[in-house]
Amino acid sequence: MTARDGFVTFRGVQKTYDGRMRVVQDLDLDIRAGEFLTLLGPSGSGKTTTLMMLAGFEAPTAGDILVQGRSVLNLPPHRRDFGMVFQSYALFLHMTVGENVGFPLRVRGMLKADIARRVTQALEMVRLPGFADRMPAQLSGGQQQRVALARALVHEPRLVLMDEPLGALDKQLREQMQQEIKHIHDSLGVTMVYVTHDQSEALTMSDRIAVFHQGRIQQLDTPRALYERPASVFVANFIGENNALPGVVRDTAGGDCIFALGEASVLAANGQGLAPGAAAILVLRPEQIAINPPEGSRRNRIAARIVEAVYLGDHLRLRARLPGGGDILVKRSTGGGIPAVSPGDAVILGWDAEHCFALKSEGAE
Amino acid sequence: MSGMRSLIIGSSAMVLAFLVLPLLVVVPLSFTDSQFLMFPIPALSTRWYAVVLGSAVWAEAFANSALIALLTTALATTLGTLAAVGITTTRFHGQAIVMAMLVSPLFVPVIVAAVGLFYVYAQLGLSASYAGLVLAHTMLALPFVFLTVLATLSGYDRTLTRAALVLGATPLQTFRLVMLPVIRPGVVAGALFAFVTSLDEVVVTLFVGAPSIRMLSREILNGSQENLSPAIAAVATLLILFSAVLMAIVEALRRRGARLRGIAP
Repeated sequence: MTARDGFVTFRGVQKTYDGRMRVVQDLDLDIRAGEFLTLLGPSGSGKTTTLMMLAGFEAPTAGDILVQGRSVLNLPPHRRDFGMVFQSYALFLHMTVGENVGFPLRVRGMLKADIARRVTQALEMVRLPGFADRMPAQLSGGQQQRVALARALVHEPRLVLMDEPLGALDKQLREQMQQEIKHIHDSLGVTMVYVTHDQSEALTMSDRIAVFHQGRIQQLDTPRALYERPASVFVANFIGENNALPGVVRDTAGGDCIFALGEASVLAANGQGLAPGAAAILVLRPEQIAINPPEGSRRNRIAARIVEAVYLGDHLRLRARLPGGGDILVKRSTGGGIPAVSPGDAVILGWDAEHCFALKSEGAE
Repeated sequence: MSGMRSLIIGSSAMVLAFLVLPLLVVVPLSFTDSQFLMFPIPALSTRWYAVVLGSAVWAEAFANSALIALLTTALATTLGTLAAVGITTTRFHGQAIVMAMLVSPLFVPVIVAAVGLFYVYAQLGLSASYAGLVLAHTMLALPFVFLTVLATLSGYDRTLTRAALVLGATPLQTFRLVMLPVIRPGVVAGALFAFVTSLDEVVVTLFVGAPSIRMLSREILNGSQENLSPAIAAVATLLILFSAVLMAIVEALRRRGARLRGIAP
């Protein structure tokens, strides 16, 4: 626990609508002051319900939610002092852009002159200066979402919630807005909780990501740690490209294990403490695999046959067949000179033990 | 094909004619100089308008009907709107029953309601009173407001309410500043229905009201039973004109609202 920990705390939070199916189960989560935290997961994983409970639109069935050390469960949404951006923008179409942005200040009884000044500043921040007198319906989708962003920030809330705010925008605009939201976050230092199902968006923007699956947080970590050290097969598959190879744990030693992959065995990290004899999945990122590495350079070496090679400009994608019959995806950057291989070639695939992980197969959970 | 087409056009024209002609036939009748309601009109004249507008009885009837219709509109619009908002924003046990009770005046024969009101209001001392008439008319008008506002609310994006709340607006501010402007066309239409319902009402007015409280509908009924004076046609024409003006105002408001929101009318 650092001093910044516990700005927002979920303690044993559960949510069920019908008394049986738990949308969110036993959620414990600490959000740090000033961080950009993303709740990432497929639809139905509980991430949106978690955000709605934080906003106050849904009540937890059990557990507590604290903001700055105080429970907010008895605080209605309008008294939580948050800002929020919605996927559908939720702009008030009968008000001008300026009236929309000034809304949080108006309902707080601020003087008109002060509102006008703050609205001007907020519109400048989202790069829409001079738009105050337009109607929202006259703006493009991207501009509307900027207005919604300004409206969520203008009253300097203690927490900003974002519910898939870029989901309705096209790819190019989405990437541009990701950068802008990130810059605004960095310059204001406000705590943001962001919900998305888009893993690349989460990786781009977040300080930390909570990966949701079946109502539970599978892993809460920095983007880099999530990608490089996934704690479950689900996280490995959900974030980035991944090889998930079924096999059996043969033997364990310290934090590592000997993993039988068909006829071959490899040394893998055993983060979940699997016991010898356990059926498991070997998780391995495609770009960590070297082709025909020099003798003695990689711990794990397996003979395989190339079955497909696709040149994609910046990288080469290979599909190789293992002696046991399984296929493995290999990605090599073209930057360092690509290996001259073609389908049918016999190769040695090599990788280090710290890049592959023996993890419980999801079905066995 | 063209046979089918002319059949459709022909039958549509017949339906429209049956709907509108009985209304329009009173207009020429009101400009007669005859003592009687009859066709053809012997000569054009505005004498019956002079009679109506110069009559203390008709003036009193206009004033009473307008007052009761306005009070009914205010009450039914407020209650009906709140009921519609309430029933769509919360979930509770017996919701379907409450909904059925709210619209039940539409399904109960008016004469039955009138008899029931007669006895209940007699007990409560509301018979032959302005308050009794306003309450009885409100009962009949409320379902129209409730249903029109309910229909408008089905197109209302509930995220707007959430946005307003999370940005710090109290529930009352949220209703006044965000929801009401969006559902206003439905509220105005409901208010219009309520006004016309009260203005037109005869049956309940006969049972709950009293001859001493002159009302337009009562006087028209009496007039048509007793002397069939063309004054009735003049009153009816004035009412048609009034309704047309009312509808024009509502349409103008709707277009203005749509333009303000940047939506093409």
